[in-house]
Amino acid sequence: MKLTLNGAEVDVEAHPMKRLLDVLREELQLTGTKEACGEGECGACTVLVDGAPVCSCLIPFAQVEDARITTIEGLGEDHPLQHAFMDEVGAQCGICTPGMILSAIVLGDKPSLAQIKEGLAGNLCRCTGYEAIYRAIQKATYGRPPATRRRSLGVRRAGDK
Amino acid sequence: MTAVGTNVKRKDGIGKATGRTKYADDIVFPGMIYGRTIRTTIPCGRITSVRMDFDPAGFTVCDHRDIPAGGKNTVALLVDDQPCLVQADVRHVAEPVVLLAHADREKLLAANVVIDYARLTPVFDPMSSTQMLKEFTIEKGNLKRGFDGAEVIVEGTYRTGHQEHVYIETNGVIAVPEKGGIAVYGSIQCPFYVEKALKVLLGPGRYVRVVQTETGGGFGGKEEYPSMLACHATLLALKANRPVKIIYDRVEDMLATTKRHPSIVRHRTGLKKDGRITAMEIEVVIDGGAYVTLSPVVLSRGGIHAAGPYRCNNTRIHARAMFTNTPPNGAFRGFGAPQTQFAMEVHMERIAEVLGVDPVKLRERNALRPGDTTATGQVLKDDCSALQVLKEAVKRSTYRRKVAKYKGTNRGIGVALFYHGSGFTGSGELKLGSKAAVELTQRGVRLLVSSTEIGQGTRTMHAQIVADAMGISYEDVEVAPIDTSIVPDSGPTVASRTCMVVGKILQRACEELKAKLGGVSPGEYFAKNGPLRVEKQHVPPEWITWDEDLYRGDAYATYAWGCNVAEVEYDSDTFEVRPIRITAVCDIGKAIHPAMATGQIEGGTGQGVGFALIEQVVMKNGAMANSQLTNYTIPTTLDTPEMDIVIMENPFPEGPFGAKGLGELPIDGPAPALVNAIRSLGLDVREVPATPELILAAAGSRQAAERHSDEMTYGAPLAVAASL
Repeated sequence: MKLTLNGAEVDVEAHPMKRLLDVLREELQLTGTKEACGEGECGACTVLVDGAPVCSCLIPFAQVEDARITTIEGLGEDHPLQHAFMDEVGAQCGICTPGMILSAIVLGDKPSLAQIKEGLAGNLCRCTGYEAIYRAIQKATYGRPPATRRRSLGVRRAGDK
Repeated sequence: MTAVGTNVKRKDGIGKATGRTKYADDIVFPGMIYGRTIRTTIPCGRITSVRMDFDPAGFTVCDHRDIPAGGKNTVALLVDDQPCLVQADVRHVAEPVVLLAHADREKLLAANVVIDYARLTPVFDPMSSTQMLKEFTIEKGNLKRGFDGAEVIVEGTYRTGHQEHVYIETNGVIAVPEKGGIAVYGSIQCPFYVEKALKVLLGPGRYVRVVQTETGGGFGGKEEYPSMLACHATLLALKANRPVKIIYDRVEDMLATTKRHPSIVRHRTGLKKDGRITAMEIEVVIDGGAYVTLSPVVLSRGGIHAAGPYRCNNTRIHARAMFTNTPPNGAFRGFGAPQTQFAMEVHMERIAEVLGVDPVKLRERNALRPGDTTATGQVLKDDCSALQVLKEAVKRSTYRRKVAKYKGTNRGIGVALFYHGSGFTGSGELKLGSKAAVELTQRGVRLLVSSTEIGQGTRTMHAQIVADAMGISYEDVEVAPIDTSIVPDSGPTVASRTCMVVGKILQRACEELKAKLGGVSPGEYFAKNGPLRVEKQHVPPEWITWDEDLYRGDAYATYAWGCNVAEVEYDSDTFEVRPIRITAVCDIGKAIHPAMATGQIEGGTGQGVGFALIEQVVMKNGAMANSQLTNYTIPTTLDTPEMDIVIMENPFPEGPFGAKGLGELPIDGPAPALVNAIRSLGLDVREVPATPELILAAAGSRQAAERHSDEMTYGAPLAVAASL
């Protein structure tokens, strides 16, 4: 079956009812796409199909014939979002990070905080409480978190006035 | 330039953001096959027969008879009561009975094993269980005298439910036959726990090596259970003589692995009318589940923290863990303290309501200060910051202005003050005798610990401590892979001890290594003299005393202190409570990496929001009925409130650069702060998760306040409270 994977045209042989997630991970060794719930609830397996983020655990392989698929590997290793996620500690354990980045990348330039929250509502993270993820995305798209955003990394000595 | 106190780049590199980092399920060994666990489906009884109802071609099958002679059918931890594979007696649903392995996962999943049982009557309610797992009593002063001196007595019972960890990466390991024994790779918090369990399973003299793969979250959920999983994969791999991978899917992970212990805590408190506490009597009961696992130590921490960060001269805390026929409950961030401090803090709110005292003033009046003693008789030193975090949180959140502003609206606000002991309880750290090492490299120094990176930033934080202790650049510090054949046993990665305890051992090792270099740089010394390694063992502060039997003395070397102010919005049509904002002020001694420390507080607070409002484990016939993420929900971006985090640094002189424990502290506060915010709306909630159903019940009974008024008695002291 022919499709475009991370910008390259490929011909992949796999059972048409196999989950896209398994085809990516096992036939194509693209293990950056993670499985965490297997029922479309957590977003760890998010990939872009024709530019839209989808849970690859819910998609039978037959459905992506002739489609354009982007996995985390398709972003290379130098995307501003990737650096921002690491620098702002938007990734802790990192298992949700590939899916988060792919959901964030379609938010476009300079999304509002409300748009970010809505855009990532299908991606679960158990480590960060999401705050550092918002900071990472804002840093990547604004150059820094916007000044209006309430945040506090201030360290104070106990007893300071 | 110093590394400590700055936001250096994480040692993880870019791999987590590019998908290159390999987790257990991403790793493939040549000839590897897949394993599956056949489990019990009844909560209590005996197995009468097991039948394999499938074509055995290509299958490896193990049961209890495959445990080698000289080995033991147990998952060794504190008490060897939990079998690796059930022989006959069934104590809970989802106990492992038979293991299967096959190269083809579809055939593996299709294989049918039939188990017949003789059923016995299970016990699910810890309050009606007659099987005691552990109990202890903490006594201070004279309880009777305390109640005699009271003008008001307030009583109440508070409950918390199970909580599932929901690390996004489920449990998984790969066992690989090696050198006549086994090497286990996996998602593991405590590699030496796994090594010990495998050595007991296989018997003396067998080669065992454990390697931690990059781990997608733990939160305590990968403290003890990976030992079970490693034992299973090992039996299959040795029998098949091939690498065997077992990765749980989410349903199996939720059904079979540990959860936070449910709790029932009863308080009876004597007070002066101005709010001063004269007596505290506390009964703590936790549900241990079917085996001992870590329940005794969870109970210890829970019981010790049960009186909250308050001073009281006359205290009795009686704590017990009960066996029930549910899967064993286990380690979960906070380790008993979130449960008992939930009870204490909601009880404090009720005391304020009864006395008509300002809840902040009530806490200020009773908060522990340096020189005060805790319930175990520990004299607090200058690193006690209860008042400071309380005052800062009240100021920062503009609590008082908002109390007035929200009055009569659908918004509520609540406060919770809490603390968390750093490191193992009592003499635990002394017994552990943890080790850590540093050695020279061509460029700088390599650090060797068994403390695992599970997202919290262990590698980075340890490298920062080593860089500054050696006086070298952070970039010149390497971190050894977590492989039990390479690193010394630094103790488990639990109990908020990785920075304070293991970090301190590293700092001491560096001081010795640096002295040995005699002013020469590590690289120069290495080039001239070759390798040099220093290993040190943890030495607890010499002033620590602890009586294990009486629960008296210095329960922890130090405590981290926290205060949360939570704001909520209540929908009176749907009975939903939406968290709007949480202000969290935490004294952690020293933020080695402020951005990661903030991330720990934000993450723990988010997890606490789930514990407080939405995470409900529904148990039916002793099994989790909602064991999937569709109906056990954790907070999404839209459920998580805005957070305002303030880190305070009141140093612990014996911690590395003043650091105290951090990881667990943030989850102690959100549940009581949110419930107290709900209470400020006139809804009498004393339980979490505070689901809409629970709030509906509270809203439905308009007479709630009067109904409970018989629990308060003015004037004359009462007889000592009846048992639960």
